[in-house]
Amino acid sequence: MKEKEPLIRLTKRQNMAKSKIWLIRLGALVFAIILGGLVFLIAGANPLTAYGTILSGSLGKVTGIRQVVKTAVPLLGTALALAPCFAMRYWNIGAEGQITMGAMAATFFALNMAHSMPSPVLLIVMGIASIIFGAIWAGIPALFKARWGTNETLFTLMMNYIAIGIVGWLQGGPWEGKPGSQIIPMFDNAAVLPKVLGVHIGWIIVLVLTAFMYVYMSKTKHGYEIKVLGESENTARYAGMNVTKVTIRTACLSGGIAGLVGFMVASGANQTLYSDVAGGVGFTAITVTWLAQLNPFAMVAISLMLAVLSKGASSIQTSLGVPASISDIITGIILLCMLGCEFFINYKMIFRGKEEHKHAEPATPAVKTAGEEAAK
Amino acid sequence: MSFNIIGLIKAAIINGTPLLFGTSGEILTEKSGNLNLGVEGLMFMGGAFGLMGAFLYGNAAGDSASGAVAVAISLLCSFGIGCIGSLIFSFLTITLRANQNVTGLALTIFGTGVGQFVGELMRIKVGGNVTISNALKAAFAEPILPAALQKIPVLGQILFSYNLFVYLGVIMALVMAWFMKKTRKGLFLAAVGESPATADAAGINVTRYRYLATVIGGGISAVGGMVYTMTIAGSVWNHSGLSGEGWVAVALVIFCLWRPINALWGSALFGALLILYLRLPIPFLPTQIYKIVPYIATALVLIMVSMRQRREDQPPQGLGLNYFREDR
Repeated sequence: MKEKEPLIRLTKRQNMAKSKIWLIRLGALVFAIILGGLVFLIAGANPLTAYGTILSGSLGKVTGIRQVVKTAVPLLGTALALAPCFAMRYWNIGAEGQITMGAMAATFFALNMAHSMPSPVLLIVMGIASIIFGAIWAGIPALFKARWGTNETLFTLMMNYIAIGIVGWLQGGPWEGKPGSQIIPMFDNAAVLPKVLGVHIGWIIVLVLTAFMYVYMSKTKHGYEIKVLGESENTARYAGMNVTKVTIRTACLSGGIAGLVGFMVASGANQTLYSDVAGGVGFTAITVTWLAQLNPFAMVAISLMLAVLSKGASSIQTSLGVPASISDIITGIILLCMLGCEFFINYKMIFRGKEEHKHAEPATPAVKTAGEEAAK
Repeated sequence: MSFNIIGLIKAAIINGTPLLFGTSGEILTEKSGNLNLGVEGLMFMGGAFGLMGAFLYGNAAGDSASGAVAVAISLLCSFGIGCIGSLIFSFLTITLRANQNVTGLALTIFGTGVGQFVGELMRIKVGGNVTISNALKAAFAEPILPAALQKIPVLGQILFSYNLFVYLGVIMALVMAWFMKKTRKGLFLAAVGESPATADAAGINVTRYRYLATVIGGGISAVGGMVYTMTIAGSVWNHSGLSGEGWVAVALVIFCLWRPINALWGSALFGALLILYLRLPIPFLPTQIYKIVPYIATALVLIMVSMRQRREDQPPQGLGLNYFREDR
């Protein structure tokens, strides 16, 4: 007896035109923004007014644009930091802690060495210290992952809470300014990053990093090793790569860049240190990296978009009475939609009865096509 | 001051109960082969919706509000939103085959956003702190067993002095353990998680098992968030109260070696670690450093489990991998 053909069958799709792929992704983005509009409706605000307020609140004034760039800098920097890890299929979700540790190392020099060396030297020392501490913080879980296969997702995450706790202790203890204030004193001017066009020069640093990451990932041997390891650990071993070394090296690179971001946030944006210095950037950056499909240049655009969203959301809170956390919801919706749309790029759906028109043999088409797929 | 061991045990169990729900739900999910890293988001949503349910009911019913009804509504709201959240996860990973890690993280971002949003929105609409009447609070947080039982020395306090959710959690974990070990469906579920291709060949509907386990597991995890908000946090929405609970719950799954029975004592142990800094101050150890002890302990547990590598302690083999029948 012939079994009934299923309503929808799926086959893998290989070569879809680049333009069509981006069209699908754009469609998903529009769909996500419409869904976000529904959330505004539920909150009792007109979606068009709300989106308008987001744009005018963030891009309407020069100060607003500066704020957006200031928000985008750590986001882009951290997204770039995560890219090599994700390409390796190593789930570093500890950027939050790596940023915090980097900021802590930079702060140590800002507080103790501000008068003993010229400002440019001090800033370079702070930057190097932050890179080293970020790298160490990322290297510990990587070492255990490479040696014993310890779950890096949860380990890097726990390192976040540990780093935040340590800074919390410094803030209320050894580094406290006025006794009882729970606040670390503001940095000396020598330890503050200079400004270019009204925003600290971190924005130039991350743009340089963007170019560096592009070259590193697509033009160097390291980048190639990372990609092979991400595709298959066995292939990497068979090709003679030192998996342990590549894993630890990549994680340290990632942590080092995240640490540098911590330095930029502490010295450029806040000019002091507190336990919430990372402020969720480590998590939001995961979204940026993934949405950009690990492409550094796409990360620039996406981190700017999310910065507009989060800056605009705070003006929504004041003018429309909608909580600013709506920007997290919309970010989440965008990410979920983008994840879903990849399906339509990677797979082709064949509806029942469609295949018979293409093939000359009407007999048992299902079995036939299944066989053909296997042969491919 | 003498150290109160009974008080510590009691506090450990009460603080461990949200973890018990969170962990048990995730164990059910992971048994099916789905690694849902969205537990943090699910617990946030559960906490916010559980409070909202009780709050709206309390407002609507006024003085005649009944505690039992409020508890039931809270349970339903949190379980429901957890199911919806994990349904999104299931749809994306099982049907659309998205990467489980990233989808879980996205669910966390989305879920914490929704939780904060609902909590904030209530605060803005009410114009102050959102809370429920004391009578309703008591229905959530007060002991439910008769006072006579609690008066039994030592045992009375350790065994009979808890709120409803502690007993509910224990029953839930026991039922889940029985389901996984003793029923045919439970064994099928294990087969789906270990080797979906084999299970599929044996005629088990892999998609259905994965969907059901993930959705129900997500609902149970979300109830944990509600239990936290309504008992430990005193039925008030607190911006960062829940943060970290969900992640500790995910780590506890590994600590418990994917067995609900272990979750019973594992959650109490971590409940103790979470509040030890309040109950047992150690001289010269700053509170901020003391507070990170549970996270250090979790990291050590992860390392130990990975070093031991015993065969029976391994995660389900298909964990984190999507099943594509046509790929076989």
